Amino acid sequence: MTAQALISKVPGRAIPVRGNDIDTDRIIPARFLRCVVFDGLGEHAFEDDRLGLKAKGQQHPFDMAQYQGAGILFVNKNFGCGSSREHAPQAILRWGIKAIVGESFAEIFFGNCVSLGIPCFTGGEEVLSRLQAAAEKSPQAAWTLDVEAGRIDGPISESVALPAGPKSQFLSGGWNSLNELLTQIPAIERVAASLPYVSGW
Amino acid sequence: MGTNLYHKVFDKHAVGRLSSGQYQLFVGLHLIHEVTSPQAFSMLRDRGLKVKYPGRTFATVDHIIPTDAPERQRPLKDSLAEEMLVAIENNTREYGVKFFGEESGKQGIVHVIGPEMGLTQPGQTIACGDSHTSTHGAFGSLAFGIGTSQVAEILATQTMSMSKLKVRRINVTGKLRPGLYAKDVILAIINKLGANGGVGYAYEYGGSVVDAMTMEERMTLCNMSIEGGARIGYVNPDETTFAYLKGRQYSPIATDWDKAVQYWKSIASDKDAQYDEVVELDGSALEPFVTWGITPGQSIPVTRTIPSIASFPSDERPLVAEALEYMSLQEGQAIAGVPVDVVFIGSCTNGRLSDLEEVARLVRGRKVSPTVKALIVPGSHDVQKAAEAKGLHKIFTDAGFQWREPGCSMCLAMNPDKLTGRQMCASTSNRNFKGRQGSASGRTLLMSPAMAAAAAIEGKVADSRIVFAVKEAA
Repeated sequence: MTAQALISKVPGRAIPVRGNDIDTDRIIPARFLRCVVFDGLGEHAFEDDRLGLKAKGQQHPFDMAQYQGAGILFVNKNFGCGSSREHAPQAILRWGIKAIVGESFAEIFFGNCVSLGIPCFTGGEEVLSRLQAAAEKSPQAAWTLDVEAGRIDGPISESVALPAGPKSQFLSGGWNSLNELLTQIPAIERVAASLPYVSGW
Repeated sequence: MGTNLYHKVFDKHAVGRLSSGQYQLFVGLHLIHEVTSPQAFSMLRDRGLKVKYPGRTFATVDHIIPTDAPERQRPLKDSLAEEMLVAIENNTREYGVKFFGEESGKQGIVHVIGPEMGLTQPGQTIACGDSHTSTHGAFGSLAFGIGTSQVAEILATQTMSMSKLKVRRINVTGKLRPGLYAKDVILAIINKLGANGGVGYAYEYGGSVVDAMTMEERMTLCNMSIEGGARIGYVNPDETTFAYLKGRQYSPIATDWDKAVQYWKSIASDKDAQYDEVVELDGSALEPFVTWGITPGQSIPVTRTIPSIASFPSDERPLVAEALEYMSLQEGQAIAGVPVDVVFIGSCTNGRLSDLEEVARLVRGRKVSPTVKALIVPGSHDVQKAAEAKGLHKIFTDAGFQWREPGCSMCLAMNPDKLTGRQMCASTSNRNFKGRQGSASGRTLLMSPAMAAAAAIEGKVADSRIVFAVKEAA
């Protein structure tokens, strides 16, 4: 069995990406899905948003010098909506993000992040507004996301939430569930045998 | 109180509880395509694992396949696409998984071929590394998109971890007026409940409008559940469902058929089933919907003007402003009359035979505007063959549409069909995200096939009921 790291505390500098409904096509444009491995996706995270801002003489946070090396991403509502592509959290992970705090997450994206060991915590609109402002004001500040306590501490401290199931997966090192699923082969076979469309009408 | 379909089907497939408290869920039908599966097979290889039930996974190629016939010659010109195609051919061969490639004569968009071959059946759990897997819920199955790590889990164990969702019943009451379609219903639902309104929910669609829908219309409806945030959307199986399934390649036959129908009836929601929430939508009041923004919830009836930024709640205003800037549209502007450069009719939302038949009926003898490039892309080889047998392709090409080979085409930017620059596209697909159709500044207006056909002919957004002189029912 492949051992997985226990994820109880995530230290790092923070990077804010503002906006609701940031979809997976924006996180990783589809042309970068033409691949059979996930390697190299990190450099293309938010590529079209970054190029679009550059063309207007502005910068996306992922291009700003002060946020290079950041590990905790602060976002707003419905982050990661759209496609089920695991390439999206893979791109963010490979850019260097280890944890995300947002107002809400799309469901498939959230689940993909669990499988990759990226805790996605939620906080209210005011909480994220304060966190994003603090990260912008002090980009070099160190933060620690405490998975067990449900708290993020840095220039300011905020309570943030994670459902009990994923929380226990991170704390126990069972965030990628394949190992545990594999221990249940007899039970899987019993369910298969009980389903008429699987075992025969 | 009775039980709804979601809980009945989920409970039959629950293998047990995991240490996280989540369920280990058996997945009865696993569909894969070339984009989200290669890394999953690599994970198996790295771990030395086998596919637990190879006969329960089916594969095809849809996202990267060119739709221009000469471009489909192997090797594909795009070497990255060729590498992906080779990977799924090799992976399915090595692990004993059935692959419906081009030469099978059955290739098509995964969410089109599953139902048309009868693989999709009521009461199943269905997963695919593709968010539009919700399409299959039209049959009364629990069908949902997954990531690549979960594709690997299902290959290795035929199970995955999942929490139970809440269930929201959506009753679409009344009767759709002439010129209104399933696409208008789902766009209206997303508009009403929001692009994230369904997070944490499965949507159960019902009511007189849904009861009256054909299976293909129900597929359009369920397809876009995810655009409203709901990972699962479904319709209870009924006689329409059974009639559709009878005689298909993978449907039960002979005495098995009657047993299957009994079983399918048993998993439908009880008459007194409980729901976490019930929402009503008056289907009789709907008008053709068009999106004006960069999320599928940013939409209006074609007869209206784009709402003002100030009319939205304060936390939505930045996104509305961003959308209007990206789309080069103004508050208060009528959506009818907005010029379009490209029209795309196809995709897992609206690339089925009935979609094409309706377009053919409307555009027969008409001409696509000379300022418009218009593509019609069948969802599968079966759709293509059936359409050609009826002569639809001739109607399309006579009208100035390009008639293509099956695939995902211009729904997303992974094959040669792409927008260029700031082109505006009237599209029957499901996503109007920034850059979705292959140009980082390309713009998408989502609508029904009839509305897209009207846009093709007029060269601008137009009310299809006026363009095609649709009469109100007496």
